[in-house]
Amino acid sequence: MSRLYPGATGDWEAVIGLEIHAQVISEAKLFSGAATAFGAEPNTQVSFVCSAQPGMLPVINEECVRQAVRTGLAMGCKINLRSIFDRKNYFYADLPQGYQISQFKDPIVGEGVVTIDLEDGSTKEIGVERLHLEQDAGKSMHDQHPTMTYVDLNRSGVALMEIVSKPDMRTPEEAAAYFKKIRSIVRYAGTCDGNMEQGSMRADVNVSVRRPGEAFGTRTETKNVNSIRYVTQVVESEIRRQIDLIEDGGTVNQETRLFEVATGTTRPMRSKEEAHDYRYFPDPDLLPLEFSQEFVDQLAKEMPELADAKKERFIRDLHITPYNAAVLTAEKENADYFETLLAATVDKTGKPISELGSLVSNWITSDLFGALKKLGKSINESPVSIEHAAELLGLQLDGTISGRIAKDVFDIMLDTGNSPEAIVEEKGLKQVSDTGAIEAMIDEILAENADKVEEYRGGKDKLFGFFVGQVMKKTGGKANPQVVNQLLRPKLDG
Amino acid sequence: MTELTKFTLSEARNALHKGDISSRELTEAHLNAMEDAKELNCFVAVTAEKAMEMADNADAMIKAGNAKGMTGIPIGMKDLYCTKGVHSQTCSHILDGFKPEYESTVSQNLWDDGAVMLGKTNMDEFAMGSSNENSYYGPVKNPWRAAGSDKDTVPGGSSGGSAAAVAADIAIATTGTDTGGSIRQPASFAGLVGLKPTYGRCSRWGMIAFASSLDQAGPLTKTVRDAAIMMESMAGYDPKDSTSINIPVPNYEAALKGDIRGLKVGVPSEYRVDGMPQEIENLWQKGIDWLKDAGAEIVDISLPHTKYALPTYYIVAPAECSSNLARYDGVKYGLRVAGSSLDDMYKKTRAAGFGDEVKRRILIGTYVLSAGYYDAYYLKAQKVRTLIANDFKAAYEKCDVILTPTAPSAAFALGDKVDDPLAMYLNDVFTVPASLAGLPGISVPAGLSAEGLPLGLQLLGQAFGEEQLLNVADVLETAAGFKHKPAKWWGDAS
Amino acid sequence: MSIDKDTVAKIANLARIEVSEKELESTVGELNNILDWVEQLSEVDTDGVEAMTSVVEASLPRREDKVTDGGYRDSVLKNAPQAEHGFFAVPKVIE
Repeated sequence: MSRLYPGATGDWEAVIGLEIHAQVISEAKLFSGAATAFGAEPNTQVSFVCSAQPGMLPVINEECVRQAVRTGLAMGCKINLRSIFDRKNYFYADLPQGYQISQFKDPIVGEGVVTIDLEDGSTKEIGVERLHLEQDAGKSMHDQHPTMTYVDLNRSGVALMEIVSKPDMRTPEEAAAYFKKIRSIVRYAGTCDGNMEQGSMRADVNVSVRRPGEAFGTRTETKNVNSIRYVTQVVESEIRRQIDLIEDGGTVNQETRLFEVATGTTRPMRSKEEAHDYRYFPDPDLLPLEFSQEFVDQLAKEMPELADAKKERFIRDLHITPYNAAVLTAEKENADYFETLLAATVDKTGKPISELGSLVSNWITSDLFGALKKLGKSINESPVSIEHAAELLGLQLDGTISGRIAKDVFDIMLDTGNSPEAIVEEKGLKQVSDTGAIEAMIDEILAENADKVEEYRGGKDKLFGFFVGQVMKKTGGKANPQVVNQLLRPKLDG
Repeated sequence: MTELTKFTLSEARNALHKGDISSRELTEAHLNAMEDAKELNCFVAVTAEKAMEMADNADAMIKAGNAKGMTGIPIGMKDLYCTKGVHSQTCSHILDGFKPEYESTVSQNLWDDGAVMLGKTNMDEFAMGSSNENSYYGPVKNPWRAAGSDKDTVPGGSSGGSAAAVAADIAIATTGTDTGGSIRQPASFAGLVGLKPTYGRCSRWGMIAFASSLDQAGPLTKTVRDAAIMMESMAGYDPKDSTSINIPVPNYEAALKGDIRGLKVGVPSEYRVDGMPQEIENLWQKGIDWLKDAGAEIVDISLPHTKYALPTYYIVAPAECSSNLARYDGVKYGLRVAGSSLDDMYKKTRAAGFGDEVKRRILIGTYVLSAGYYDAYYLKAQKVRTLIANDFKAAYEKCDVILTPTAPSAAFALGDKVDDPLAMYLNDVFTVPASLAGLPGISVPAGLSAEGLPLGLQLLGQAFGEEQLLNVADVLETAAGFKHKPAKWWGDAS
Repeated sequence: MSIDKDTVAKIANLARIEVSEKELESTVGELNNILDWVEQLSEVDTDGVEAMTSVVEASLPRREDKVTDGGYRDSVLKNAPQAEHGFFAVPKVIE
């Protein structure tokens, strides 16, 4: 899908590429044995190696290598059995070595393609250029002291995967969808937690504009964009800014920019103004990273189930509609929630899993998602626990409450956080299945509506629904609809 | 001074093991000699208290029957090794006050074996130099002077303090480090044995890096046997150094069999460089004859890329150093000179903290790695380096070891070459090729120059061929019968 | 390839070493001497030759993913010219 942006002098096309930095899930850092856990006191997860003390040397963490390979496999990329670590040289307060160990010419993962899903239901293939392993820098804090910047090296040396896309995106929506897709992939692969608030994932967004069909324009790079919404905003504002700039007779500078949340726009980054020359060269403290095809094959064999495979399985084994399966597998947390709830419901009801998939998936995609959307919450922040949700579905399945009552109970659960069983008990919402009581009620209703009975018997079949409605009304919706049906029809048919 | 300081390492070891002397008295004697030899400026830090403590521990080890080769031997550690809580500044102003919180693997190995640290030896700043005149702590004076002269000569470099200390009998042995000849050339200038083992034989962990792909630890000793004993203690695999090689450390002393019959000694024609003094040429011929007399077969070999070794070295080593020394930025340790901004602080700190030669090499290294020049300089040099390594591989098809002079001259006068970097670089013409190929080399004192200054011959071995190398060196040493000592002119006339 | 004052100034800036105007002059000469000398490498035919990445014939050793280090902030900060509240402190940076 190619979208054009109208300017005063004609149409423009945007070209967008993303460099996504994804923090590898590992206990220890890429080249040092210090911990990676988030939120520790400053400089407490720092070794002599990650604070670049004289004479210290890097030794690579094998799990980080595996994670990079897994991610490469999950993106369908070529895995390079030999790769080289290079030093990227530049000075900065939070870069203790004065260089970052990264991979330049020979990355661990080569080309691949990922498919993104767009809102109109269409898909698009976005090329992945490469994935390489590198060290994260520390953290500079500029607002703690009037004249000093404080440096915390806890992050220094944590393993990152830099995933570089090809410049294949053309719209903010595509950029956002790609970011989302990569996040989904790494989360499924179990290689990055995708937690953007904690900085586990962030993107450098490259944007340029051109006249359709012409060569690429000059691009800008906006650094460290840490939400999908911000990626959209960065792309939108950069496209607009660059079109306006060019149409006013200016030229786009190849520069590094910063996103400002308050305004939703970008500005040039002051500290990176001077042209950098990173002087990459192979790190002489490390040898080439080499592994066998068997190593890769083994990792492929042990790979967790990825989104596409999961979707197919849901449709095939759990009899879920393709639409629901797609919705549930788009994000790993949704699929996880579904599978956990399904298992809990199986436990609760003792029914076979294949009979429950449809009910559980419908409940999540309509009832739960609807409620969460209203509350503005994510699935992980759901006010309803798995246990309560399973209980609710169990009550519905064993006939204790009807589907309609279940919706009321769910609303009360959202408000109070109480268990559905307690709610049903307290409010007396148990379904009435007592045939005697229902029969008496039916007799009463038939007597009260003798004219309607005549009409029905005269051939007006549609009135059957009216009588069911009357029974439900009389019981406050608690009558078991099946029982009502069974009893009502012979009586009406006389 | 007593005779205790005249002991070779193996003699001292034997006397210690027999109980004829204690480490305490041996150490005291050397501390006294150090005090007496202050004007040589061999040591930049004396650890007398620690030495006595270590000596007592060593005596206890010996009593308990746990003595090793190095137990109780008082040695000097080059200032480049990080020693916990002790001056470790690679004789640079930029590391002012730096006392590491950790111990280098090589020094730890020595202490584990019971060696005694007398102090930290003077050196060219960051091991960059061939005369020890680039030390922030001032030059070292070579105990050797030309016959009848009172002019100071240089001890060579960069391990100049280490060499002078052993030559003046103020340490039984010392550690050095060799990047392009920094052990072998000073050994030659001071009438000592200096061994640079195969790259990867000793751990570089805790050695303050100059050029990571070249730096290796090694001993400076009075005899080949001493070198064998000390090497065994220093060497070994270290999982903290990715370039350290996991093969067992042999008993090097046991390799000194004194028999080299049938061994093939290669003599490379390319080492007959233009302008080589006749006395060096003559000494080399003597060496060839000695080995032939001992039953070795002399083989003419060719190392065609020899003349390109020095220029290759002076691209590769500065490139690595420009990156290795980026960490000295006034943030984490050492000197900080205040500046108006972070960059200004960096620039002022590094301008004040590094000496001229270090700055020169950082600038050269920065240039050869910079955009547009990388291919022409750095990449080209690494390709030539491959050719140089291939030359050796081809040569070792024809011979077992290679015999060459160690340096193109005897020790020169202090101040002679300080203003001519290129002339200084030429000192390493014979030592640099093996460094580039990662091969072991040893300098053995073989004679005196016409002026009465020591001259060494160099033997080069195959990768991890230290046993054979030491065996041949031992034979060469015996044949040369070098028993000269510098006439004492320093301290209390004795 | 001979370098001029501007180039030296640029390199010195990349290397974060302050060089005075006077030092610049002499440095240009010194560096050109060295660069002219290393220039002789261009005579060597290196077509098809692999650049050396390591003199050691081994592949990169890997360590287990275990936390074995860190947790000693005082030691890490001990040699710092300026440390405050558990941080390294540097002149303020404006991004």
